[in-house]
Amino acid sequence: MALIAFYILSTIVVLSALFVVAARNPVHSVLWLILAFFTSAGLLVLIGAEFLAMLLVVVYVGAVAVLFLFVVMMLDIDFVALKQGFQNYLVIGMLVALALLAEIGIVAAAATFGSGETFQPSPGAATNAEALSKVLYTDYLLLFQMSGIVLLVAMMGAIVLTLRSRPNVKRQNIAQQTGRKRKDAVELKDVPPGQGI
Amino acid sequence: MDYAQLGLGHYLAVSAALFTIGVFGIFVNRKNIIVILMSIELILLSVNINLVAFSVFNGTIMGQVFAMLVLTVAAAEAAVGLAILVVYFRNRGEIAVEDVNVLRG
Repeated sequence: MALIAFYILSTIVVLSALFVVAARNPVHSVLWLILAFFTSAGLLVLIGAEFLAMLLVVVYVGAVAVLFLFVVMMLDIDFVALKQGFQNYLVIGMLVALALLAEIGIVAAAATFGSGETFQPSPGAATNAEALSKVLYTDYLLLFQMSGIVLLVAMMGAIVLTLRSRPNVKRQNIAQQTGRKRKDAVELKDVPPGQGI
Repeated sequence: MDYAQLGLGHYLAVSAALFTIGVFGIFVNRKNIIVILMSIELILLSVNINLVAFSVFNGTIMGQVFAMLVLTVAAAEAAVGLAILVVYFRNRGEIAVEDVNVLRG
């Protein structure tokens, strides 16, 4: 039963990954990418890594894929021109891919991975999330904090890159506004009667 | 559920296929940097599947922690890459990758 589910899910993953690469329209590519992420989350659920699967859905489908969709739809690009040269690179791409796959196959055939009798998705805990949180906040606390810093730096980098300050726009300057004194704004004139200033 | 048949090799095969498709995508879509970024996401996904499969089938939780860190880096990479793409498009009005080397001083 698990094996049937695995074959169905893995077929969908591989096919949708192929369509990500081969789709003519990048919007379709992003949608295929979402399908690939979703089904690989299913693959992870199948071996009991539920927390990582849900994280994959939340982070990839909820954030990364939507970001891609935003950018693809916001930029006004001639996608037909970008697709030119697909056939030229097809042969060399195939060659490189086949060589890579053969190398992976050779290494996999030569290596020994163990018998798989130690199947344990969440060692020492009832649920997967519990097992992860037990080590994440104790043994790997520094790594966890560092990944937070990585996200912070990436956020600041993205903001700094895309922030545009336009020169001819009048904005409210709150410091200037609250720092205004009475003598800067009001001037008292002693006007002689019948003359004007 | 019976996990006797479903082994580590199955997951490694899927992961190898995804990795290869990702590299293939980088080679084939030389001009479209958006699809190149998506191919990189596919490669990182295959790495994640690999890490989780080894972690689960060897009974150590460490691989899943590392998969989480890879996920973080993938999200950061996508954000910064797309930001660079938006800035490049704003400056030049196109995203052809071949012309990126005009940025060289």
